[in-house]
Amino acid sequence: MLLIRCPYCEEERPELEFRSAGEAHIARSTEITGISDEDFEKFFFIRSNPKGVIYERWRHIHGCARFFNAARDTVTDKFIVTYKAGEPKPDISRAANDSGPAAWANRPPDQLNVKKPAAKRTPSKKGKA
Amino acid sequence: MAGTYRIAGQGRLTPAKTARFSFDGQSYAGVEGDTLASALLANGVHLVGRSFKYHRPRGILSAGAEEPNALVSVERDAARKTPNVRATVQELYDGLTANSQNRWPSLSFDVGAVNDIASPLFSAGFYYKTFMWPKSAWKSIYEPNIRSAAGLGIAPDQPDPDHYSSRYANCEVLVLGGGGAGLAAALAAAETGVRVIICDEQAEFGGALRFESGAKVDGEGGWDWAQAAAAKLAKMDNVRVLPRTTAFGYYAQNFVGLVERVTEHLANPGHDLPRERLWQVRAKRVILATGAIERHMVFADNDRPGVMLASAARTYLNHHGVAVGRNVGVYTANDSAYAAAIDLKKAGVEIAAIVDLRDNPSGPAVEEARSLGIEINHGRAVVKARGKLRVSSMVIQPKNGGAERTIPVDALLMSSGWTPSVHLFSQSRGKVAFDDATRRFLPGNYAQDCVSVGACAGTDGLAATVAEALSAGEKAAREAGAKAAKGIRLNAETSETWTGGMLGAGPGAGADTTVKAFVDFQNDVTAKDIRQAVHEGMRSIEHVKRFTTNGMATDQGKTSNMHGLAIAAESLGKEIPEVGLTTFRAPYTPVTFGAIVNHARGPLFDPTRKTAIHPWAEAQGAVFEDVGQWKRAWYFPRTGEDMHAAVNRECVTVRKSVGLFDASTLGKIEVVGPDAAKFMELLYTNPWEKLEPGRCRYGIMLREDGFIYDDGVVGRLASDRFHVTTTTGGAARVMNHMEDYLQTEFPHLNVWLTSISEQWAVIAVQGPNSRKIIEPLVEGIDMSDEAMPHMSVREGNICGVPTRLFRMSFTGDRGFEVNVPADYGQAVWEALWAEGQKHGACAYGTEAMHVLRAEKGYIIVGQDTDGTVTTNDAGLDWAVGKKKTDFVGIRGMTRPDLVAKGRKQLVGLKTKDPKVVLEEGAQIVADPNQAIPMTMIGHVTSSYWSENCGRGIALALVAGGRDRMGETLYVPMPDKTIEVEVTGMVFFDEKGERLNG
Amino acid sequence: MAKAAAKRTVTAVSAERCPALAGSKVSARDVTLAILPPAERISLRAPAASVAALSKALGVKLPQMPKSSASRAGRTALWLGPDEWLVIDEAGKDPMADLASARVLHSAVGISHRNIGIAVSGPAAAATVNSGCPQDLSLAAFPTGACSRTVLGKAEIVLWRTAENEFRVECWRSFSDYVFAFLSDAARDAAA
Repeated sequence: MLLIRCPYCEEERPELEFRSAGEAHIARSTEITGISDEDFEKFFFIRSNPKGVIYERWRHIHGCARFFNAARDTVTDKFIVTYKAGEPKPDISRAANDSGPAAWANRPPDQLNVKKPAAKRTPSKKGKA
Repeated sequence: MAGTYRIAGQGRLTPAKTARFSFDGQSYAGVEGDTLASALLANGVHLVGRSFKYHRPRGILSAGAEEPNALVSVERDAARKTPNVRATVQELYDGLTANSQNRWPSLSFDVGAVNDIASPLFSAGFYYKTFMWPKSAWKSIYEPNIRSAAGLGIAPDQPDPDHYSSRYANCEVLVLGGGGAGLAAALAAAETGVRVIICDEQAEFGGALRFESGAKVDGEGGWDWAQAAAAKLAKMDNVRVLPRTTAFGYYAQNFVGLVERVTEHLANPGHDLPRERLWQVRAKRVILATGAIERHMVFADNDRPGVMLASAARTYLNHHGVAVGRNVGVYTANDSAYAAAIDLKKAGVEIAAIVDLRDNPSGPAVEEARSLGIEINHGRAVVKARGKLRVSSMVIQPKNGGAERTIPVDALLMSSGWTPSVHLFSQSRGKVAFDDATRRFLPGNYAQDCVSVGACAGTDGLAATVAEALSAGEKAAREAGAKAAKGIRLNAETSETWTGGMLGAGPGAGADTTVKAFVDFQNDVTAKDIRQAVHEGMRSIEHVKRFTTNGMATDQGKTSNMHGLAIAAESLGKEIPEVGLTTFRAPYTPVTFGAIVNHARGPLFDPTRKTAIHPWAEAQGAVFEDVGQWKRAWYFPRTGEDMHAAVNRECVTVRKSVGLFDASTLGKIEVVGPDAAKFMELLYTNPWEKLEPGRCRYGIMLREDGFIYDDGVVGRLASDRFHVTTTTGGAARVMNHMEDYLQTEFPHLNVWLTSISEQWAVIAVQGPNSRKIIEPLVEGIDMSDEAMPHMSVREGNICGVPTRLFRMSFTGDRGFEVNVPADYGQAVWEALWAEGQKHGACAYGTEAMHVLRAEKGYIIVGQDTDGTVTTNDAGLDWAVGKKKTDFVGIRGMTRPDLVAKGRKQLVGLKTKDPKVVLEEGAQIVADPNQAIPMTMIGHVTSSYWSENCGRGIALALVAGGRDRMGETLYVPMPDKTIEVEVTGMVFFDEKGERLNG
Repeated sequence: MAKAAAKRTVTAVSAERCPALAGSKVSARDVTLAILPPAERISLRAPAASVAALSKALGVKLPQMPKSSASRAGRTALWLGPDEWLVIDEAGKDPMADLASARVLHSAVGISHRNIGIAVSGPAAAATVNSGCPQDLSLAAFPTGACSRTVLGKAEIVLWRTAENEFRVECWRSFSDYVFAFLSDAARDAAA
């Protein structure tokens, strides 16, 4: 069972309290009726499914109930960083290259070699953050 | 003295404390503190089992969890029969009953042993070759026979009467293993004040100090020091000491699974204690102190009872006071086995000879053995053990060939060296590295916050081990947040060294031989089998393992892996690291289902949810059905009624007068905030902005892909407050779906969602007399048709408690749903019931509810839809706001495939023969005479006998269904083909006049 | 006719309240479980800007730190999420009524009957809860007053440490059979 740091509860909590919610940063168009079939396909069906770092959504469903985002390595299961919904993707290029126990970080961005995302959540229209 | 092989003055047990036990029906006496293995050996019993494949007689190899041979079944009573218990682990208790396994008719004469003679048939990979042909024989002959011959032991055929427990625990430092290393690490960590958990699989802490006679710590004997250290730890508030506890799995982020055997050693466990307790521990730092496991020597017939590991014999002597024989031979390739010979000799046991593969062994152990007058044959090998049910002699030969000499023995001790236990380290995803100098795999790169100390890290000697462990314990505590502590110093000394040894087959079992020199005892894998695997093309150790099953038995190759690897490497002409090591996986030793399941049995397997009205329904004799976790009243049979009769009566009563239905399980969500209507507009296909407070609307929710996701009636209580209902099964996921969009797509909206499913009990009152029975109980609500038309909601009181009273119908008749706070549900139901009796009311269950709604063509999401049905398919386009510019699913529903012609549409079906009721799920075809496989154009989604219509009615999804009105279609069944007519979905009161009737 | 009926005085007696598992109690060696009496409860949702005004109306300062609670005069506000509080009033006063006058942005929904409260008390209280709840319940990680939504076995609960050796477990009404039975099973073993 993983420990996942909830950016709202500001601590690591057992995985049992969480639920995965698919890939993150896929924006729902605010003019969704106008998008082409191809764009709809990309938006709804196509996922990156990388081997390596994935940005994904989680919900602390049996905790504070908030949705938030995480960067996780799909090979090691390591959470590199978690951050609030609506915040932009943090730059994790350096942290992701760390190896060994130290990279078992799952820590707040300011304790890692990552660029901290903008603190303010932008008043949406941003799509699935 | 319990047992003729018990030596007075040896060991740590108290001879007076005898414990009686039986093995294969024979009674014996042992001593408290014995294992079953030591007690058997004390009575001179070496033969305890038969091997898996060849049914060869087997004895006791080890004195611990690595035991591959001595597997027995332990029986407390008819339901408590545990197969495959390692006799070396099972503690003796008074009255213990054990039986050998895998033999018939008896242990000493086993018919299955013919497999041993026929062994050429059962060579490596025989599973894959022998039973290939003819194909038809597999199912009728091969598989049944293999199944009856395979497996070890017999599983109990009665439910497990014991209970099991679980505990989550968190600590700063978790120490796995309670030998000298683990105890020292725990002492150092505990002294800093942080939370420490230390576990060990044995009943007592001490590990190898159990047999290491020369060890001293701070001037005290090693074992005594270990007991004192464990006692000291147990007294500390910040330490939890868990004996009889095996760390079986090491998972991500220092999450470790432990199983504590709570009652396995008790003569009378009683019913209060759990049999086992599962610990799921999260530790900031883990210290691995799992020790090392001694390897056997690989030579011909090395599996004979009486042939065992040198350290095991030493444990039985120094701890249990048991001599494993009276005339003992020793075969070794390192120093540690000398200590066994020395201890036994000093205890008065004859040592026939030490056979040492090394050319010029030297050092204190060798000198001491020599000075005790023990014969040492160096540069020689044991090439064969003689004797069948018990070893009778060893045949020795110079290692490069030459004259054989037979030396009579009644026990043969062997040691080819020690394998560090890197199992848990490997499970933690750490990478092992091969140390060329000592020819062993040691922890290399760590993947988690853990550290290995002592023998499992390749550290030799007690002094070095204790020093390393103390510093690791202190460091782990510090890294886990401990403040500086004054530290602990321990002075440890021992003369023993465990380095050296050999890997692979010994002389006489080499490449050109066909002898049975066992590598893996439990799976009967010989050195020859491994060579054969290589010969047949296996190159990777993972393939060799699967082909030969080496290391795949329940002992997971604790003694066999390194030998197998070395033989494979030699055959391949490669170095060991090039061939690689197989992956260690959890569990380290077998774990019971009981421990894994623990509390989740019987009523605690899954929550059973009951409504507030459930007790009333139960008292009325309702039959319940499971709907998800809910128990719902299915129908209410009266005396003499079967389900059919009860449902017919309920359906007719509702239409004629009135019925009461418990609808409490419906999902309910309160949507509150100034933007509530805006949010509803985005989540549902319907328009909401203009819905007036006090009115209701049937809402449809889509997924983004345009398919129907859920439906339900929504009441607007105020401009900023909606009472949303969902399907029973959809309650949780609809809430999640709504929260998802609110939090991540529409966070600018000022609106909040609260689940009120369980706040309100819901009593549906349906039928022409529904108003009559509610009205007298209601306060503050005008229920007239003018004041409260169909699809409206009012707040007021009923029976003196608050209610949200909906006028709505899921039957097509006049109807209401009375929402009251859950704790009042039963009382209000009873009041309505009493009032209803004046009008001949009935209680009806979910079956009648289904029939009544189907008579009106009302769909059930999840039954008439399956996640691929659009509003158009379901004939619900009227519920889609035509002027809306956005809602979830608005784009998806216009995808080409979703608007294409010929889609399956929901229609009604009437059987030509009105008495016939279709089967739900039955397929529909246009031409019943076409060749098989037929073209199926749809299927039945709902089907019932309708007493109100006097016929079978059904809903079905049929390709182009709405263009087929009046057409005859066919439902082919195994025994007949049923003719049906395509109709509209409404079977009863097509004009809908009864809503106000 | 119908209109006349609506104006008629209702003669039916007040419905009797039947709380789930009312009065149930289990005593084990080092822990006691008891179903708590009914309480007034609301789910309160609000943005940060409304917190001061709502605190005033409720008479309890709404906590804004994760996992924390605040109590006054028998009323407690438990932080469940960044804009969510569970308000429990054990003094018989209705928090909904107190919030009626609050004009700031918020959502208050009555859930008095949705939840059942179970007291777990005694030296083995934490061990009992830890039988099915994976959170660290040491006093350092989960001090008195701490609270959190979490899981117990296969059910969701709200856990609130009311004293060093006492927890209040809140679960939904229909899960109370399961949660109480689970805790009873756990209590049996928790003395160890």
